[in-house]
Amino acid sequence: MSRALILGAALSALFLGAALLSFAWTPADVTGMDIPNRLKPPSADNLLGTDHFGRDILSMIMVGARTSIAVALVAVGIGMGLGVPLGLAAAANAGGLLDELIGRANDLIFAFPSLVIAILITAIFGAGAVNAIIAIGIFNIPVFARLTRGAALSLWTRDFILAARVAGKSRLRISAEHILPNVANLLIVQGTIQFSLGILAEAGLSYVGLGAQPPIPSWGRMLADAQTMVSLAPHVAIMPGLAIVLTVLGLNLLGDGLRDALDPRLKVLRT
Amino acid sequence: MLRYTLKRLASLVLSLIVASAVIFLVVEVAPGDTASFMLGLNAQPDTIAALRAELGLDQPKLTRYVSWVGGMLTGDFGTSYTYRTPVADMIADRLWISLPLALYALTLSTLLAFPAGILAASRRGGAGDVSVMTATQLGVAIPNFWFAMLLVLVFAINLRWFSAGGFPGWDDPVAAVKALTLPAIALALPQAAILARVMRSALIDILGEDFIRTARAKGLTRSQALWRHGLRNAMIPVLTILGLQFAFLLAGAIIIEQVFFLPGLGRLIFQAITQRDLIVVESVVMLLVFAVIIVNFAVDLAYAAVDPRLRSRS
Repeated sequence: MSRALILGAALSALFLGAALLSFAWTPADVTGMDIPNRLKPPSADNLLGTDHFGRDILSMIMVGARTSIAVALVAVGIGMGLGVPLGLAAAANAGGLLDELIGRANDLIFAFPSLVIAILITAIFGAGAVNAIIAIGIFNIPVFARLTRGAALSLWTRDFILAARVAGKSRLRISAEHILPNVANLLIVQGTIQFSLGILAEAGLSYVGLGAQPPIPSWGRMLADAQTMVSLAPHVAIMPGLAIVLTVLGLNLLGDGLRDALDPRLKVLRT
Repeated sequence: MLRYTLKRLASLVLSLIVASAVIFLVVEVAPGDTASFMLGLNAQPDTIAALRAELGLDQPKLTRYVSWVGGMLTGDFGTSYTYRTPVADMIADRLWISLPLALYALTLSTLLAFPAGILAASRRGGAGDVSVMTATQLGVAIPNFWFAMLLVLVFAINLRWFSAGGFPGWDDPVAAVKALTLPAIALALPQAAILARVMRSALIDILGEDFIRTARAKGLTRSQALWRHGLRNAMIPVLTILGLQFAFLLAGAIIIEQVFFLPGLGRLIFQAITQRDLIVVESVVMLLVFAVIIVNFAVDLAYAAVDPRLRSRS
């Protein structure tokens, strides 16, 4: 096991653990205000300090991890759930009308600056976690569709697939039984990368006020609140940002480490 | 080359038509009626109807779509519902901040990424490579708006080298460039990290090619082979990413403008959203998508011109 894999897995596990733990326990109540105790630097009572309402930042980050992870995870789920079947279908009918249509639609979605459309969607249908998920999820579909198609295409020329076709299996069954298991590694690695991008996107959307709404704590929102206080209490701005960086770094290292461990030749998409 | 260009041009036009239709439809199905929103809760139904007629909102959808697209082709983006001024003028004013910002960031990111990527590839596995790769791992993990806040904290609040936000206008070019410097750095850093990685891996791939070995065999040193033969060939993937990055920079500028209170396209779009000035929202989004599609088209043509193999492939 590489050091990158271990470090990545540890960081990812830390934030996933913190998010899960927050359902049962946080060091302090995140809805309780304690104004006299506001903007306190890190201390034994509040390990990461307090925010402008006197809330414990560590507790906020733990609950915020929940929001980030949930949004990014569901968005990756949407991307995989729709993108992988589309990619498999396109590869199974390579050169056909369906393949062409899926390819064109993919190109079109890639042409949109994802953040701009996410802003458009959340702005028009209302700000909130669900719309943020949809906005981020839509842009995961072509990533998985393109990746799956590319990997599946090269598999279709292999002898074991030919054998399956000679044995009389339908294209659908071959896709499900032989192609899918063989692209699974690639999907896991790409999923990890998209997960980390999703966390960054969610943070950006909630920073501009279009993600999860108060009182639900989210990392981007915490940064937006901290912006005007950055000169008074830098820790309020630094801590949530560090949480984002460490989570994204952890997931990226995990993705790279998994790729190296599973198959170093896997070609992932990076944009 | 002509056939390839025409084919790409046809697909460019098609993309633009579909993109404009999608944007129009998304805004169309938005809940809430613009006229009743503008007039407030106590408006009479006939007043609302009159305003709808004045804004042209009572026309059939298709008519409005065609007149919107037709107008944009002639530079007429319609009239803002809220300010009653031409949208084209509003966009033009803001573009003078967002576009220079994106270009400034693109320049910085290229200046940073090219040497870093070349260094890492030429000293593969060495200390230089390891430090560049570590830096890029961090670079892609840092949200640009948070990095922007840290820059403000260090360079504006503590050191007082730059102002923390706002824009003085282009009358004083030095002050204007200075005001865009921190935002451009914040935008450029994550992009530079991606670009440096692409540069490195493209160069490493190329350096394993037969023609590099031939170059070495005829007596070129490693770095001579890299500079004379490697770099040119590595430019294709690098150009692709540069084209894509332009989109990210324009979009990223929207968020970074919020951090630095820059009155660019980002602020315009957020303002328009809160005021339900949907014609402004539509037009700004269309403009951004148009820019991205055109840049990618230009990149495609650029490397079809450089590499004839690409022309026959698609």
